[in-house]
Amino acid sequence: MSRLKTSNLKTLSVAFLVALVCSVVVSFTAVTLKPLQDANRLRASSASLVEVLQTLGVGMPKTHLVDRVSGASVRRDPGSKSELGADKDIAGLGWVENVLTVYELRTDGRIDLVILPVRGTGYKSMLEGYLVLEKDLNTIAALTFHKQDETPGMGARIMEKEWQALWADKQVSDQSGTIRIEVVKGAASDVHEVDGISGATRTGRGVSNLMRFWFGPDGYGPYLARLKREAG
Amino acid sequence: MAFDNKPLLEPIISANPVILHVLGICSALAVTTSLSTALVMSVALIFVLSFSNTLISLIRRHIPKTIRLIVQITIIASLVIVVDQILQAYLFEMSKRLSVFVGLIVSNCIVLGRAEAFAMKNPPLPSLLDGIGNGLGYAWILLLIGALRELLAAGTLMGHVILPLSENGGWFTPLKMMALPPSAFFLLGLLVWVVRTLKPEHAETLLETENSKGEGGEP
Repeated sequence: MSRLKTSNLKTLSVAFLVALVCSVVVSFTAVTLKPLQDANRLRASSASLVEVLQTLGVGMPKTHLVDRVSGASVRRDPGSKSELGADKDIAGLGWVENVLTVYELRTDGRIDLVILPVRGTGYKSMLEGYLVLEKDLNTIAALTFHKQDETPGMGARIMEKEWQALWADKQVSDQSGTIRIEVVKGAASDVHEVDGISGATRTGRGVSNLMRFWFGPDGYGPYLARLKREAG
Repeated sequence: MAFDNKPLLEPIISANPVILHVLGICSALAVTTSLSTALVMSVALIFVLSFSNTLISLIRRHIPKTIRLIVQITIIASLVIVVDQILQAYLFEMSKRLSVFVGLIVSNCIVLGRAEAFAMKNPPLPSLLDGIGNGLGYAWILLLIGALRELLAAGTLMGHVILPLSENGGWFTPLKMMALPPSAFFLLGLLVWVVRTLKPEHAETLLETENSKGEGGEP
């Protein structure tokens, strides 16, 4: 009886010690290497933006800071964030910056292209990418993703150039101004629809949701409205 | 004590984990589309296998029988996470190309197999050698298949042009099928055939096949 007790105690303590040592090693590695990994991701994200601009054959855009709520241009980013309530958080973000970074390309003061960083939850990971808009601020020139952790061969195919190319020339809103752009199951039938990837329905829904969020009043909506007013 | 190099050398050819035991072939299919991915995968596996063997051997007398598989897998999984994190920090592009397959080293039967079959019964130094030996045995096959596939599918090795492609004005018409997973199976099958023809003692007798059924197969 006493032997059994000791051996149970020993089993538990070995299990505990192994778990403790392993978790310390894993957390130490993860925390120490995080800055390097973040720098890699940042490099990958700017590389993907540069690639898109090269494909479109345009020069480097200017960076602007924009107040998310009013859409007005601001000088500084205080770095503050707002929590999103469940009713507003259609893209599964949790929180959103109060000052957004956008990239504008202008000729003689008139907008040529606008580049908007977008993100949203897909099937199981945060999708991050850039959306490039034509000067009418409603036609998509390009969409690219540079970060995701979806299922390889399924949702992860949003990284493929062939799929991203489907977004070119799609219209975000219809005549009445309603946001219509979405990823549909199967083949697209009009200018507001993009072919879904088979087996990746939920990733596609995530992309549709992030479009609706970022074009809506809590995303770039006010900013795009200001640009439209300026263009007259 | 004489230095015993048997644990190191045996698994490289005569007791090779891939061609003799046909273990660990899942990753052999996935990461051998090019020589560079096969190389990084091999280094990752050698690292995990030698450390897991050594660590498990060090504490083998203290691992209770009832939870030994859990303890082994915990150690192996931690090492795999460490390798994955290092790749993401120092070889970012490569870690993207290898995607989930580095993480899947946890489920590579060679690693758990050597822990159970060797490290639990032997002292740390032979276990380390056994880990390196089995890792190298896995590595040369991965590298061979990776090199053949990259050469035949793209005419390159490590990204350098070896056979100029006809589409770029050269003479070589690539075998596009080599880029697809089944071709790794064909190459591996041919390799096993060659080795078993040269070393007939490798071929399973009926009795051995019967015996090995009880041990469970490769997932």
